[in-house]
Amino acid sequence: VTASTTVQTQSAAEVPHRYWLDNERLLGAVMLFPAGIYIIVLVGVPFVLAILFAFSDVTVGSPEIKGLTLETFQRVLSDPNFQRALQNNFLFTFLSQLITIVLANILAQALARNFRGKWLVRFLILLPWATPIAIGTIGWLWMLDSVYSPIDWIFRNIGLLKQPGVLGSVGLLKNSTNMYWLGEPVLATMSVVLVHVWRMLPMSTVIIMAGLTSISPDIRDAVQVDGVGWWREWWEVTLPLLRPILLVALLFGIIFTFTDMTVVYVLTRGGPPPNTTQVLASWAFIKGIQGGNLSEGAATVIFMLPVLLGVSLAMLRVARQSEVR
Amino acid sequence: MNAREIGKSGLNYGIITLFVIFTAFPFYWMLIATFKTSNDLYKPANNPFIFNQPPILDNIKLLFNQTNYASFVANTLIVGVAVVLITVLMAVPAAYSLARLAGPWGEKLGIAMFMVYLIPPTLLFIPMSRVVTVLGLRDSIGSQIVIYPTFTVPFCTWLLMGFMKSIPPDVEEQAMVDGYSRLGAIVRVTLPLALPGILTIVVFAFTLTMHEFIYALAFVTASEHKVISTGVTTELIRGDVFFWQAIMAAGIIVAVPVAIVYNLFLDRFIAGFTLGAVKG
Repeated sequence: VTASTTVQTQSAAEVPHRYWLDNERLLGAVMLFPAGIYIIVLVGVPFVLAILFAFSDVTVGSPEIKGLTLETFQRVLSDPNFQRALQNNFLFTFLSQLITIVLANILAQALARNFRGKWLVRFLILLPWATPIAIGTIGWLWMLDSVYSPIDWIFRNIGLLKQPGVLGSVGLLKNSTNMYWLGEPVLATMSVVLVHVWRMLPMSTVIIMAGLTSISPDIRDAVQVDGVGWWREWWEVTLPLLRPILLVALLFGIIFTFTDMTVVYVLTRGGPPPNTTQVLASWAFIKGIQGGNLSEGAATVIFMLPVLLGVSLAMLRVARQSEVR
Repeated sequence: MNAREIGKSGLNYGIITLFVIFTAFPFYWMLIATFKTSNDLYKPANNPFIFNQPPILDNIKLLFNQTNYASFVANTLIVGVAVVLITVLMAVPAAYSLARLAGPWGEKLGIAMFMVYLIPPTLLFIPMSRVVTVLGLRDSIGSQIVIYPTFTVPFCTWLLMGFMKSIPPDVEEQAMVDGYSRLGAIVRVTLPLALPGILTIVVFAFTLTMHEFIYALAFVTASEHKVISTGVTTELIRGDVFFWQAIMAAGIIVAVPVAIVYNLFLDRFIAGFTLGAVKG
């Protein structure tokens, strides 16, 4: 049987090219063409234009590129609001992805077991992913409201915050009737991170579940027969096998968080006080679109590119290496 | 079941309950708020999680009678379906080509595809706004249908390329020995095997489209052409006035059916993703 399959495989390679589409190179080029030409025209051209904008001084008022200059970059770089936004990009992405990847691991492991009501649980966990970010974030805007926050209501009723009108009531967490989640920089930063974790958790969990299902049950059984504790099993067996897919989950999380403008734009509008929780995307939107300074907007966003490219290349390489081993 | 296993499954339920509270808590509140009167909602002392006054339907009526919400939903669906179709039509052949036919270039072009996805919309939409004007698509959902594949096609091609690589080439070669042309073998043998991968890119393309906010905000200002993400955030927030209950209703009405559909396909999505992302 083996001999005959070998012969057949060999003859497959020698099938004469009956149609021009059987020419592999030609077919490859034809199949790649629609996507390729579309990307060159609608991503390539605007990308080059955006770079040119950043090296010129175009505004909505004078949209002609007159000459190339580095002045825009100097102006953008020396702006303290830009520096803050750049720092925030790293801070928000690092914190939210650290928390997301840990939580998603725990949740994916818990969901890997069979239990009653699993369908409903999966549905409830997928909800944040199924809501447009802008609307989900508005939901959180109310959750974190300075007066009506339902979280504050719970805190008041368990004694963490002061009850209005109750004599001698003292808040354990804060001696006030409300937390003012979006009212000061530290809490506002925590709120932005929280919303990012909330919206990325479903996708990261699903990706890690995908990784867990690819680990053969035989390996788990063998490990459990050996009587290894769950921590060692996770650390020495599951984690190394899961590494490529963990990196992919992390990579998507980083890309989505690092480039996001919606959460900050809807939740804090960059405040409080103004421009302390701004990120590069929201700052570019304010400068480039609302302020009409196209070149400064473009120059601001360009600072995302080296980070995104570097992180992606590094992570994809590591993911591939651990797969080969 | 021995005591240890009961303890383990108890712990499991505990962990899952905490997570469900975290993810679904805002939705529970949104659901309640949808049917609340304003008197009930705007009283900080009221328990926010129950009806302190009898529930009403006025907020949903406001959403459908006094805003273009029905058009927002329809536009979101039209844009979503059109973008998914365009994405599948472009990404499937491109992914196959990169996985099988492009030789050593395939790998590099595949990575390049992913890099294209990394260019943030916040950078592209400034020049893109000129493209939209030139094409005469300003203020129409056509702008979104033309532009959204700029992020769905690179992403989906990359993901599907990984999936295609995991399908053994032998099955195709066997079909060619049996007398099919290369194209015939692709259509009859490879595509059916690639279905979980295609399903994965359909889910991703639709999700990315539904979440998109920046292009939609910048290119469409006419109310009847808006999609949910921009329509709700611009028409139900007028200055400082938020129509909170109607906004929450708008969110719930979208989230529940989409989450149900995702859940139905989750297992096949997981199968598609495992192969796609790791081999890619």
